[in-house]
Amino acid sequence: MSTSPKNTQSFNEHYNFAYLDEQTKRMIRRAILKGIAIPGYQVPFASREMPMPYGWGTGGVQLTAAVIGDKDILKVIDQGSDDTTNAVALRDFFKQTTGVSTTTSTKEATLIQTRHRIPEAPLNGDQVLIYQVPIPEPLRFLEPRETETRKMHALEEYGLMHVKLYEDIAHFGHISTTYAYPVMVNSRYVMDPSPIPKFDNPKMHQMPALQLFGAGREKRIYAIPPYTDVVSLDFEDHPFTPQEFSEPCALCAAENVYLDEVILDDKGSRMFVCSDSDYCEGRRAQGHKGHMAADPVHSNELSEA
Amino acid sequence: MEPLDNNRDLPLLRASQTTKYYGARIGCKDVSFEVYPGEVLAIVGESGSGKSTLLNCLSTRLAPTTGTVEYRGRDGVMRNLYEMSEAERRTLMRTDWGYVHQHPSDGLRMSVSAGANVGERLMAVGNRHYANIRSTATDWLERVEIDCDRIDDQPRAFSGGMRQRLQIARNLVTAPRLVFMDEPTGGLDVSVQARLLDLLRSLVADLGLAVIIVTHDLAVARLLSHRTLVMRHGNVIEHGLTDQVLDDPQQSYTQLLVSSILQP
Ligand SMILES: Nc1ncnc2c1ncn2[C@@H]1O[C@H](COP(=O)(O)OP(=O)(O)OP(=O)(O)O)[C@@H](O)[C@H]1O
Ligand SMILES: [Mg+2]
Ligand SMILES: [Zn+2]
Repeated sequence: MSTSPKNTQSFNEHYNFAYLDEQTKRMIRRAILKGIAIPGYQVPFASREMPMPYGWGTGGVQLTAAVIGDKDILKVIDQGSDDTTNAVALRDFFKQTTGVSTTTSTKEATLIQTRHRIPEAPLNGDQVLIYQVPIPEPLRFLEPRETETRKMHALEEYGLMHVKLYEDIAHFGHISTTYAYPVMVNSRYVMDPSPIPKFDNPKMHQMPALQLFGAGREKRIYAIPPYTDVVSLDFEDHPFTPQEFSEPCALCAAENVYLDEVILDDKGSRMFVCSDSDYCEGRRAQGHKGHMAADPVHSNELSEA
Repeated sequence: MEPLDNNRDLPLLRASQTTKYYGARIGCKDVSFEVYPGEVLAIVGESGSGKSTLLNCLSTRLAPTTGTVEYRGRDGVMRNLYEMSEAERRTLMRTDWGYVHQHPSDGLRMSVSAGANVGERLMAVGNRHYANIRSTATDWLERVEIDCDRIDDQPRAFSGGMRQRLQIARNLVTAPRLVFMDEPTGGLDVSVQARLLDLLRSLVADLGLAVIIVTHDLAVARLLSHRTLVMRHGNVIEHGLTDQVLDDPQQSYTQLLVSSILQP
């Protein structure tokens, strides 16, 4: 909920707006435009060194840097939370280098950079969702040769994706892939949605917001334009099913949201709470109460932990 | 089935003056012949005579320097393989054709199960029903004499002979019309070889497959093929019905080859 005041003086002197020089930003924007023109296609780009390690989402950071404007309101989430070290550091980085406002509210944000989750609140057409991607190539698991995977995309040879799902069923009785679950974009390109839980896959389908994906180390950008078909791969007799949770959020009683398991003590007590912390707070502010939130003893235990 | 029957009297594949140079060195030179549906053609010759080069030119794995290779599609039309788009060629390779490598690890996915190895082509052509894919894979494992309870094992855990049989099943599952084989029994023990040859012979006859098989083992040619083509220094020096070529060789080189290797 915190919206920081603009501080246009401090950053200007030290950095170009959003750290990257204008020429680099133009190069990245061209790659983005190409990605939007060919939904799901991995566009190579000249990924730059950023002042942070690759594991920190340098692909997403470069995308954000290329599209952010001084009127944007930025939200950064890491596994659904605005408060992890990673999310805080990236938010500070952009605050310092652009002076833009930041927020934890999904509704207020115009630009959302994310690692591993899609917010629960539906996004609108004025928003852009930017994913940090570690491995952009969905075919790599079975075909390590880059020349070959490129050809497979070009010729729409995607039988191999189903080989992987076949193996899942053969060994586990069901499709056991739960993260980075492959999708078909616009009936043409198979795409890795980054390690979001498959629970989030249906949100990508026909989403009003523009979705951009950046892989820094692998130097790839891809995109899903607003209102594009995104279909999770499956078999006729083993249809795609998102994760289901048997109980609502312990704090806000939300159902049909993605829950994280929280261990409460070393005796094995646990509770399930919204992974999207902004969503959970919003509901509690509206007066929704989960079964653990109503219990003052437990909330004490929590705050001590 | 109609168009197929109409085409049975017409050649399936035709090589015309097919020539491949590696720089100045000859790989194969001016090779011309036809293969008919259901026919097994053996390419024999000593090491370095150009057998693999020719097979690769025929199967679109290696573009010839000059000459053409044509193939009759299921629509009955004869097309120059090297004028097709890459997409068409690759579709051909995983539907209408098979390619059995000497080393099974070159033709198998070693890190996925036997069932997935057999099922891959089915999925590649759009089959999306798991249970159907699995039951077809089970049938094919049975046909190549692999125990069905090995269906979820990786080929790494298979013997050389089993791997080779798995590779054959993986190729035949889409009912191809033409299968290329480069020394398919090459790396195997003699007793394992004999079993594989038996299996190949009955599969080829049952399915009415056309096969172009490269071998330096004249016994393999004798057992499997209708016609034999003898190569030396990249040239075809003798070509005819297998029994004639092996029993009554015309060329002195072939006589030598037959007498030195084919001891009855
Ligand atoms: N990639 C290559 N580059 C250069 N020369 C090659 C290449 N491949 C084959 N050759 C040459 O072409 C000729 C034919 O080789 P090829 O491999 O076709 O023979 P082969 O009959 O299959 O032999 P083998 O029985 O040993 O497999 C040989 O002189 C060989 O050295
Ligand atoms: Mg050879
Ligand atoms: Zn909640």
